[in-house]
Amino acid sequence: MSTKLIYALTFTIFLVTIPIIGVGILKLEFLFSIVVPYLALAIFFLGSIHRVVLWSTSPQPFNITLSAGQNKSFRWIRTSYVESPHSKFGVILRMITEVLLFRSLLRNEMVKTHESRWLVFTPKKGLWFLAMIFHYSLLVIVLKHLRFFFEPTPFFLDLILRIDKFFELSLPSLSLTEVLVLVGTVGLLLRRILSKEIKYISLFGDYFILLLILTLVLTGILLKHSFRVDLLDVKRFCIGLFTFNPHVPSKVGLTFYVHLFFVSVLLVYFPYSKLVHAKGVFFSPTRNLPNNSRQKRYINPWNYPVKVKSYEEWEEEYRDMLKEANIPLDKEEKGP
Amino acid sequence: MDKKVEFKKGTYCFGAPVKHQKYLDLPFAREWQPHNEDWGLPHNWKEIIIQGMKTLLNRYRSFKLFMDVCVRCGACADKCHFFIGTGDPKNMPVLRAELLRSVYRRYFTLQGRIFGRLVGARDLTEEILKEWFYYFYQCTECRRCSLYCPYGIDTCEITMMGRELLNLLGCNIQWIIEPASNSYRTGNHLGVPPLAFKETMEFAVDEIKELTGIKIDVPINKKGAEVLFVAPSADYFASPHWYTLLGYLMLFHEVGLDYTWSAFASEGGNFGLFHSYELMKKLNAKIYEEAKRLRVKWILGGECGHMWRVIHQYMDTINGPADFLEEPVSPITGTRFENAKSTKVVHIAEFTADLIFHNKLKLDKSRNDKWVVTFHDSCNTARSMGLFEEPRFILRNVCNRFYEMPENTIREKTFCCGSGAGLGADENLEARLKGGFPRAYAVKYVKEKYGVNMVACMCAIDKASLPTLFEYWVGGVDVCGIHELVGNALVMTGEMERTKDLRGEPLSSGKNNEDLRQ
Ligand code: SF4
Ligand code: SF4
Ligand code: SF4
Repeated sequence: MSTKLIYALTFTIFLVTIPIIGVGILKLEFLFSIVVPYLALAIFFLGSIHRVVLWSTSPQPFNITLSAGQNKSFRWIRTSYVESPHSKFGVILRMITEVLLFRSLLRNEMVKTHESRWLVFTPKKGLWFLAMIFHYSLLVIVLKHLRFFFEPTPFFLDLILRIDKFFELSLPSLSLTEVLVLVGTVGLLLRRILSKEIKYISLFGDYFILLLILTLVLTGILLKHSFRVDLLDVKRFCIGLFTFNPHVPSKVGLTFYVHLFFVSVLLVYFPYSKLVHAKGVFFSPTRNLPNNSRQKRYINPWNYPVKVKSYEEWEEEYRDMLKEANIPLDKEEKGP
Repeated sequence: MDKKVEFKKGTYCFGAPVKHQKYLDLPFAREWQPHNEDWGLPHNWKEIIIQGMKTLLNRYRSFKLFMDVCVRCGACADKCHFFIGTGDPKNMPVLRAELLRSVYRRYFTLQGRIFGRLVGARDLTEEILKEWFYYFYQCTECRRCSLYCPYGIDTCEITMMGRELLNLLGCNIQWIIEPASNSYRTGNHLGVPPLAFKETMEFAVDEIKELTGIKIDVPINKKGAEVLFVAPSADYFASPHWYTLLGYLMLFHEVGLDYTWSAFASEGGNFGLFHSYELMKKLNAKIYEEAKRLRVKWILGGECGHMWRVIHQYMDTINGPADFLEEPVSPITGTRFENAKSTKVVHIAEFTADLIFHNKLKLDKSRNDKWVVTFHDSCNTARSMGLFEEPRFILRNVCNRFYEMPENTIREKTFCCGSGAGLGADENLEARLKGGFPRAYAVKYVKEKYGVNMVACMCAIDKASLPTLFEYWVGGVDVCGIHELVGNALVMTGEMERTKDLRGEPLSSGKNNEDLRQ
């Protein structure tokens, strides 16, 4: 096992003990249910804004879009509207498919050099698949949590909940999204552990975020099933949080505090880690610019002048030679 | 990640000669070689690098963003030809970027400053600098990795930044600086002075006369011509580029294009692109300057990869606006090249494809019958332009037997020749051959399957590097430009019976190859 994984595991366990000690032994319910979440939310919002500001303050000086299809040229040549968009509309389509369907990842293929030194390509959709179920089940889970914040529950949430319930497995009574998110998280984690290449490039943070989410999911499932908590109390707490009318929940148990603490950690961690990819993808200049740089001038705000050698200087330098070669000159005689 | 980089002969490029560094006014010009134990760095080199990073981060959103958003998913890992060829983990694009990213974390992020190594941040050391040099000059800026990255992270950008930083300390390579300084001094990267330029053109005229019986005219620095033609200088000085040049000249003559060469802007290829923004801009400036001085209406560009990267994605931005030119219109077909409306530079493949589409050329495909042709997409015209169909359309019209390589290795997924971005030197041949391995094997595949014996391409570096590559991995495969095949097939008005192709070899009518065509 990689040492980075061990560090990440240790750190996660350490984080679990904080609320256990804090609430279980020191009885700091107020700190953990009110102060920490507020702090985390503040860091999350400010940090996220700061990050976006950081990116936006640097200009994108050149149009470096990546063309993955035929550029627009003649009428009789089919243009690739999405892969090499030349209009805003195309760019939007490209971005939508990129963000919602992970289009580039779908292209993934594995290349192996065979014994005979042939190159063998095999489509590799595993990562795409894991990424899809991971992100989408997380999304649904986040949406499902909204029911704690709204009274009455909005109808679309009701719908999601019902669909999710419909697929509920009888044993051990997990909903569809819970199964999927577990598969996604564990799958991504196993990938990092088992694949030699991925293990080599993985950092502490890459393991940590997966363990963090795993803990969140597991405590979430526990909350729902084994240690029944008073959902109404949770709802009061949540609504209290967002109406700035804090309410310290009392009938929830330790698991709830661990869960809540991990949500806070996630919020704090978000703007300062690779999780910023969620926002970053929208800024990516290889994807969000149209391939029309010969058609429309792209402006670079810091395009400063550089010293160049002018034609006059050049003519001066090669005057005799140009004469001999009979190449027309601008100035017939040597300049002053 | 911490293994010390070892400069093994055959895998890295030599440092630039002082003379050329001085000519270009580069900082800390000195005799320097990468394998030296002591790099002779200025005492405040760390500050220079960190300050440099800060400047670049403020200038390039791409840089800042790509430093932040990588999730190390590994989708890009086995997409780089250098990784496939060498198996060196640091040649995985994600790690190539990580070499710089780890330093970024240490000096520019909160978590890096606090947690250091735990979060993958590294202190800047001379070892790291050496590693940068080694791996940023083992990237051909081909952008294949970016195609597969879910966030579009372009390791080419990161390599560019890495090289800009190394330049601040005067760590440059000969194969970039010398051509760049030549381009600056004489107008072209081979350092051909105007007299020799004229002479080679005359030589080409003679050769065409011999082949076709037609005496053509090659205008140089002609004021008031309609079109300025700019090509990579290798086209008139190297082989097999030379035959492409003959092809251009014959074509222009045949359609009666009113054009001119420039002995000053006698280079389209831009080695500055592999060095820095400033140098790229410096070398590119002369094209518009000449267009203005010669009062042409628009510009036509020859077959070259990185020249076209600059023209398509940078030229208008850095040296435009080209408001003294007109929107390009083909004088022969009347077609408006709307996609070049602002830059006013048309790619020769677009120009010729349009001619063929409008039936303006008489072509005898069978003159290329001895060739079974495949097409190598140069990464720059592919992934940075999207020029896929035009060259294929031309090829299908000038030769009878054209076969594609496997689809994972062409078009946007094309594999680089392994020698781009200034790596086409001799001393790093081992690295080049390894990097070119995927391309070579795709060629080998079509050679065995269809009997392919000619690889057509539209890039000067490809034409220079692919022959060696194929000789090593494949054998029995030649390399040519698109316009060489056009020149062969082109039936010129008033030509004598052609017995030789542009290479001076007997024209086969296809008879001796009949058995291959099943
Ligand atoms: S594909 Fe993109 S996000 Fe994934 S490891 Fe490579 S650079 Fe990072
Ligand atoms: S740009 Fe090309 S050479 Fe460089 S890392 Fe990416 S795939 Fe490799
Ligand atoms: S030489 Fe050709 S294939 Fe190689 S990097 Fe340049 S454009 Fe790409």
